Amino acid sequence: MGSQNAFLIDLNLCIGCEACVDACKAENSHLTTEDGAFSAASYTTLLEKEDLYIRRMCMHCEYPTCVSVCPVGAFEKTDLGPVVYHYEKCMGCRYCMQACPFNVPTYEWHKTKPRVQKCHMCIARQRVGQIPACAEACPTGATLFGTREDMLKVARQRIADEPDKYISHIFGEKEAGGTSVLYLSPVPFEKLGFPSNLPNAPLPNLTWEVLSQIPRFSVAAAVLFYGVWWIIDRRIEIDQSNAPTEVAKLIQKGNEQ
Amino acid sequence: MIKLPFKITFWRALLAFVWMGGLYALVVRFTQGLGAATNLSDKFPWGLWVGFDVVTGVGLAAGGFTIAGAVYVLHLKQFYPVLRPAILTAFLGYLLVIVALLIDLGHPLRIYHPFLMRNPHSVMFEVAMCVIFYTAVLTLEFSPIVFERLGWKKPREWLSKVTIPIVILGVILSFLHQSSLGSLYLIMPSKLYPFWYSPMLPIFFLISAIAAGCSMVILESHLSFQAFGHRLEINVLRHLGRVLLVLLALYLVLKIQDFMTRDIWNLMLLPRMETLVFWLELLLGIVAPIIMLSIRRIRLSTTGLYVASVFTIAGFLFNRLNVTITGMEASAGIHYVPSWMEIMVTLAIVGTMIFLFALVVRYLPIFGIPLNHKSSAAARSAPLLTPSPQSAELMSASTPPYWSKEDC
Repeated sequence: MGSQNAFLIDLNLCIGCEACVDACKAENSHLTTEDGAFSAASYTTLLEKEDLYIRRMCMHCEYPTCVSVCPVGAFEKTDLGPVVYHYEKCMGCRYCMQACPFNVPTYEWHKTKPRVQKCHMCIARQRVGQIPACAEACPTGATLFGTREDMLKVARQRIADEPDKYISHIFGEKEAGGTSVLYLSPVPFEKLGFPSNLPNAPLPNLTWEVLSQIPRFSVAAAVLFYGVWWIIDRRIEIDQSNAPTEVAKLIQKGNEQ
Repeated sequence: MIKLPFKITFWRALLAFVWMGGLYALVVRFTQGLGAATNLSDKFPWGLWVGFDVVTGVGLAAGGFTIAGAVYVLHLKQFYPVLRPAILTAFLGYLLVIVALLIDLGHPLRIYHPFLMRNPHSVMFEVAMCVIFYTAVLTLEFSPIVFERLGWKKPREWLSKVTIPIVILGVILSFLHQSSLGSLYLIMPSKLYPFWYSPMLPIFFLISAIAAGCSMVILESHLSFQAFGHRLEINVLRHLGRVLLVLLALYLVLKIQDFMTRDIWNLMLLPRMETLVFWLELLLGIVAPIIMLSIRRIRLSTTGLYVASVFTIAGFLFNRLNVTITGMEASAGIHYVPSWMEIMVTLAIVGTMIFLFALVVRYLPIFGIPLNHKSSAAARSAPLLTPSPQSAELMSASTPPYWSKEDC
């Protein structure tokens, strides 16, 4: 896990030029949309809040809910860090969208063969040694790319160097077990619309605690139900047959002798 | 061929209307995508079809495994007269849940994918497996009724030998997926409103499904008594009423205990949409039937049982729709109202369910001896309605003999 890549997004440095958005569109051959909303054709967008530009994209969780919930394993957390989607497996149940704590996956609602769409952290570029298109395009260094450990180091250094410019919180360091997109901000994250009620434990643990009990439960229940059936069945059988049981016969024999 | 007397009644006209509407919606959905037919969006990916047709539908069919388990595993033969209606409801219910799932899935033709691409960490995978295998179990539980009607003795005998293992398998599969429909939401602690998000979701879903399943049996018995003059097994329903009371009381106690553990009392009077529907769900769906069934006179009366079961079912619907829709709205940041096409497809599925139930009840030995003389006269012309010898024997004898193990 140590060498996994991550983004560091510094809201203090973002000037809202949207070079990242344009680079992302070019890389993924997406058309420019007028409303600029987060959608199946816009993997990243800039939101303006509290005089800051907040870049939104897939968080590439360390313990992704989409990977955990997909019944057919159409999502994969790759060794490089990106969480990627395999269309050929997807059956379109949209549990990934429902379960994502950041509401990231989007859907091609108007297609008859719809795909789930989301940022893939330019995994193809990463595989050939390039950095993701958005990080390459960013003129101010507001989107920085590197190993997650390095990005955390840089973030901590920035907070330590200029404590009056940053709040002492790296969003994504611990949230939902940690993400591969880390944010630095001058104002508390909940004011910017970041989810503030996420546990720090990985979310998939919540279901695995229950699911992992199933084999044990099933065996125990099968034995219990069969046992209950057998005991009651035997009792009815004894009640109904007027003939004495083997044991009763033996006792009777003993008494006679 | 099915010979329906084609008199146009209000209900038949209504059914034709929702079928036409549903058909139109399906054409739109399959030619232009889910977005054209539904009000679903990236912010609200699961709507009425998942919330009602699938999650609620599976719960309402829980009477099948409950009654089968009571009759065969616990040997509670007093429930035998409602076994067949309960199994029929479950069998048709699950078939229609699968139809609804095929409509909602983005890639319905890939519905077999979970068999090949298993992800044991996914609750959805587990639910899919259980629903598929339980539908197979229901087919086996239902088929003896068909064999009986066709006079096929061999397959019926063969099946009767494995009745107990099949029923036990059905009960286990049902415990698993009824609770897992609640577990689907365990991974969303930050998204589902605190009234409904709870680590106990699987247990709540299981108990409420069994309660709703029992209520459905009571409701159906009443309705088919009124519609077809089938004998009303009031003594059986009284037993069920008592079971229902215990289940609802258990549910209420666990709910209160859950609120105390999670300490969410401060939310209970907030002026919000969630507060309103939460209180409606709890008071009308749980507390009201508990009070009704606690009063002996009401529990023993036909109407009292009927009203209590209607309240329970309404509360169950409220609960499932609150979990799947209302409880998700705050975190999604939008208010979801289903499109008319979503509603039409749902109504068409409900209509189909009632239609098929009425049809099967007419041609297969599901309910006991008809009370209505008219329908028994009709039965003579088409000898299909003759009740099975076993059930007839059971119902006519004042002290029923130990029922045949071959019966299913």
